[in-house]
Amino acid sequence: MWGKLFRWGVFLGLIGAACYWVVTRPTTLDLEQIAALAGDAEAGQIVFIAAGCASCHARESISGDEKLVLAGGQRFPSDFGTFVAPNISMDPDHGIGSWNQSDFLNAVVKGVSPTGKHYFPAFPYTSYNKMTLQDGAHLWAYMQTLSKSGAPSQPHEIAFPFSIRRNLGGWKFLFLSQDWVAAAPTPTLERGRYLVEALGHCAECHTPRNALGALDTARWMQGAPDPSGKGRVPGITPAILGWVEADIIEYLFSGFTPEFDTAGGHMANVIENTAQLPKEDREAIAAYLLALPN
Amino acid sequence: MRQSILAFASVSLITTTVAFAGGHGGNPAVNARNAHMSLYGFNLGILGDMAKGTTEYDSALATEAANNLAALAAFDQTAYWIEGTEQDAALGSRAKAEIWSDAAGWEEQMKAMEDGAASLAAVAGNGLEALQGGMRVAGSACGSCHKAFRGPRN
Repeated sequence: MWGKLFRWGVFLGLIGAACYWVVTRPTTLDLEQIAALAGDAEAGQIVFIAAGCASCHARESISGDEKLVLAGGQRFPSDFGTFVAPNISMDPDHGIGSWNQSDFLNAVVKGVSPTGKHYFPAFPYTSYNKMTLQDGAHLWAYMQTLSKSGAPSQPHEIAFPFSIRRNLGGWKFLFLSQDWVAAAPTPTLERGRYLVEALGHCAECHTPRNALGALDTARWMQGAPDPSGKGRVPGITPAILGWVEADIIEYLFSGFTPEFDTAGGHMANVIENTAQLPKEDREAIAAYLLALPN
Repeated sequence: MRQSILAFASVSLITTTVAFAGGHGGNPAVNARNAHMSLYGFNLGILGDMAKGTTEYDSALATEAANNLAALAAFDQTAYWIEGTEQDAALGSRAKAEIWSDAAGWEEQMKAMEDGAASLAAVAGNGLEALQGGMRVAGSACGSCHKAFRGPRN
């Protein structure tokens, strides 16, 4: 009787382990899909700006050309511990200079490192997975042109059990999706959606999360507690924000709110990016936000 | 134009009243800072509504508001920014303690604001497009300082 139970236990345990192994296995892009992609640095600059890479990977509280040195070091407190942005400059030892284009694309759209480890979703591949692979290749080409930094990346300060990267495979299985959230029936809305939901990864801060840290798409852009634990990130749906199109466009350009306060904190970084985009892109973002359900 | 100024005045008055209600009984230096910020807001409102196309561009009014901003930015505020009046230490304050621990960085930001406001004043009367460009320069000076030295809204 006990022997039979034991055998069943082992059997079920093995099935469980096999399921865990399959579900949590890092998956990468099909090499054939990306081998032929050629990036253009000039086109990549817009992707870089829209995706806000420097906002997190440059040192904190700097502006201008210094922001193009992606030395890492900014700290991001969360419910799961503190993430520290790594050096993603082209330094071959401390940055990502030894990577190839496939490594880069797998990191950005799959959240998988060149050694086959899952990245924590503090790196917003949860949004970047909607980026076109061609834009990813452009981005890679542009990043080659930026200055190197020899600053070593600092380890994340994440406690057990969240520190087990393999478990992130399960998280990805449950929550990672390439589906768009909002409908985009016009070319302007489609561009706006691409900028907001994919490159700009606006929802990562403006949408609340569930207990496991996944975005609650039912409350899309309705505002969320600031992950630092201090203050709130405001909701930006039409009803919550209450801004007209001209207000949003001006804010994304000069940073002035309709009350003539200005963006501060991390949003000031975002404005430094959106101000550099073509005017049509700011208009597309405004159109997208104004088309969101209340 | 007179009407729009009145409208601005009433909005500004409400904002100021709210700011004062928040700071009532608080630190006078913090109240002075918030009042100073309200004056920026009032003058930026005139310029910003023109830049956005909400009101018609008026060269003389734009110049006047931008000159006010330049004067406000050049104002010696040393007496307002007293150590120990950071967020959570003084009522109504969102100042970060880094203002005092990184005095050189702070000075640099204040200088950038003064320069930004002066450059806006130099171009605000030169047509709508010039005003829009100037607003971005001024806005990035405001944003850059708020990024480094202002705490989150609680």
